[in-house]
Amino acid sequence: MLSKKQAKIFFLGGTILFMLIFIGMSVHSLMVGIPENTNDSEIDDQVKLGKLIWEEQNCMGCHTIMGEGAYYAPELTRVYSRRGETYIHAVLTAPEGWGFRGRRMVKYDFTEEEVAGLIAFLKWMDKTELNGFPAAPSLPPPSPAH
Amino acid sequence: MKYKSQKIAYQFFLLAMLLFVLQIIYGFIMGFAHMGYDVLHDFIPFNTAVTTHKNLLVVWILAGFMGSAYYIIPDESGQELWSVPLAKLQFWSFAIVGVVAVAGFHVGWWEGRKFLEIPRPLDYLVAGNVILFLVIILMTLLKGKQTTTSWVLTMGLVFAALLYLPGMIYFDNIAVDSFFRWWVVHLWVEGVWELIMGGILAYLLIKLTGVDREVIEKWLYVVVGLTFISGILGTGHHYYYTGGPSYWLMIGGIFSALEPLAFLAMTIFAIQMYRKGNKKHPNKLALYWTLSTAIVSFLGAGLLGLAHTLPGVNLYTHGTLVTAMHGHLAFWGAYASLILAIISYSMPLMTGRNIFDNRIGHLAFWCSNIGMIAMTAAFAAAGVAQVYLERIAGYDFMTTAIEIQPHFFVLIVAATLFTTGIVLFIINFFKFGKPTDEALQTEEAFEALKTV
Ligand code: HEM
Ligand code: HEM
Ligand SMILES: [Fe+2]
Repeated sequence: MLSKKQAKIFFLGGTILFMLIFIGMSVHSLMVGIPENTNDSEIDDQVKLGKLIWEEQNCMGCHTIMGEGAYYAPELTRVYSRRGETYIHAVLTAPEGWGFRGRRMVKYDFTEEEVAGLIAFLKWMDKTELNGFPAAPSLPPPSPAH
Repeated sequence: MKYKSQKIAYQFFLLAMLLFVLQIIYGFIMGFAHMGYDVLHDFIPFNTAVTTHKNLLVVWILAGFMGSAYYIIPDESGQELWSVPLAKLQFWSFAIVGVVAVAGFHVGWWEGRKFLEIPRPLDYLVAGNVILFLVIILMTLLKGKQTTTSWVLTMGLVFAALLYLPGMIYFDNIAVDSFFRWWVVHLWVEGVWELIMGGILAYLLIKLTGVDREVIEKWLYVVVGLTFISGILGTGHHYYYTGGPSYWLMIGGIFSALEPLAFLAMTIFAIQMYRKGNKKHPNKLALYWTLSTAIVSFLGAGLLGLAHTLPGVNLYTHGTLVTAMHGHLAFWGAYASLILAIISYSMPLMTGRNIFDNRIGHLAFWCSNIGMIAMTAAFAAAGVAQVYLERIAGYDFMTTAIEIQPHFFVLIVAATLFTTGIVLFIINFFKFGKPTDEALQTEEAFEALKTV
């Protein structure tokens, strides 16, 4: 039977081993993988501003981006190519707050510079490489006969 | 209760109960909003509600952990707490920072980073507070008798504090931000918090079953060993689709699929110890909550985690209500129930009132557990429908959201049952009254029950 001492070695040994592997993989991800997949070098001042506003306004408290956030409002990873710049601009500057089929967005008083920052941020996000997320719908659209 | 200073735990438990009630209220606000009745939008928009709901959860669970440590560590190390005045100071500063943080969310003082919304200036106060807490615990521990149980519990607390730090750094790249956010969130709930959970469960099992400490602590090592072997690399299940390299699909997939083993081991461990035990301890409610923690955590974290952890599944469920389904039962089973277990165990000993087996207590247990399982089912129905409509058939988000509104009616009905259970639990909590030094001998009476 396993003794308490062996159990302890199992715990300590396993933890240290996998922690080291994890740290190694993390360093690689942070130095190489993520910068490549997210075009780190293209993050300019506008994108930075957009990211800052994204955080200050807690947009993630309703939306998801890269699938992370809350589930009250649409996924925004690919919103730039889905809706285009004009539409996004309209959403961000709606005087009474954007309202869409009964679900309302918070009313914001962004300056044009801030709006441009958010759009730049979403445009940058649009080009990230996320291992195939979000996936294209696997079903074809319903046929008009129905 | 053996030591006067253990009474400080009561204040933490009381705070936890108050914050828990508030958390539930915000849950209802969001349930109604999802159903189409976002009536509080102008005062409490959804992002305020969700942030408050999640942070109250984390803060009350942490309050519960701290209370547990203040109760358990003196008992295990065989002496009074190192400093009661400092512990009181730590309590009040913790409570104040918590309340300020939650109030701040209502005026936009936050950082929109899921689960880590507390703004940086407050982060420093949290860190200072936690350091004070750890100093008190470590000083007590180092001066006295050192058991495996108290070390596992303390190591969990120390590493939880250390892992909070990477979450405080600012990055311009949101993918890097997210990478470190998981060091906090994932390595907490699927790592070091499980150490805390294992420590508290082991303590409860030693006390409630009478099984030999050496046996329980041996299996404790095995359980926490499995946790880290699977859970550390299991972090990869959050790196699939958030900018990480593709090797995480394989590594995260394999190791996170092994994580349920740690929870299964915890379940088997608790049930086996119960069966080996003498079943004579009068505190049936504490035993129920201890066993339900071990069982429901496996269902919520283990099985429902497994349900969406493989990359092929997660590609479609990532960031949908399926995640919320899992989040609720996992947090409830593993951490909320755990705090309710240690409260049920320690309150009679701190107050000298033997509420062990009463009607309200059992009703609270069943209503809350059945209520939460029903809530999970409602989230599951909504989530699976969302995945099929939005991700597989390609309808847009709002079309889907309107289609799944009825599931949120079911959610609210289930949540009402759940809330009834929690209210009953809290009624019982107040029935105990305040802790008193007259209860100092109570533990002795149960000590005699040991058979082994
Ligand atoms: C009356 C009870 C409750 C109701 C009605 C409720 C409802 C909700 C709703 C609607 C959300 C937001 C989902 C979204 O982002 O759109 C949510 C999030 C969450 N709730 Fe609750 N909740 C309740 C109780 C609880 C309890 C007791 C716990 C923990 C034990 C909990 C843990 C969470 C967590 C962790 C999240 C974040 C989930 C995620 O983003 O994946 N909730 N809740
Ligand atoms: C007690 C332990 C656990 C708790 C409290 C817990 C809680 C949570 C919460 C709250 C989230 C949402 C996080 C966010 O989006 O910000 C989440 C996500 C996730 N959990 Fe867990 N979890 C636990 C254990 C597990 C286990 C053991 C597994 C795997 C077997 C697992 C698999 C996942 C996966 C794959 C996600 C990502 C979902 C997505 O892509 O949206 N969890 N968990
Ligand atoms: Fe995780």
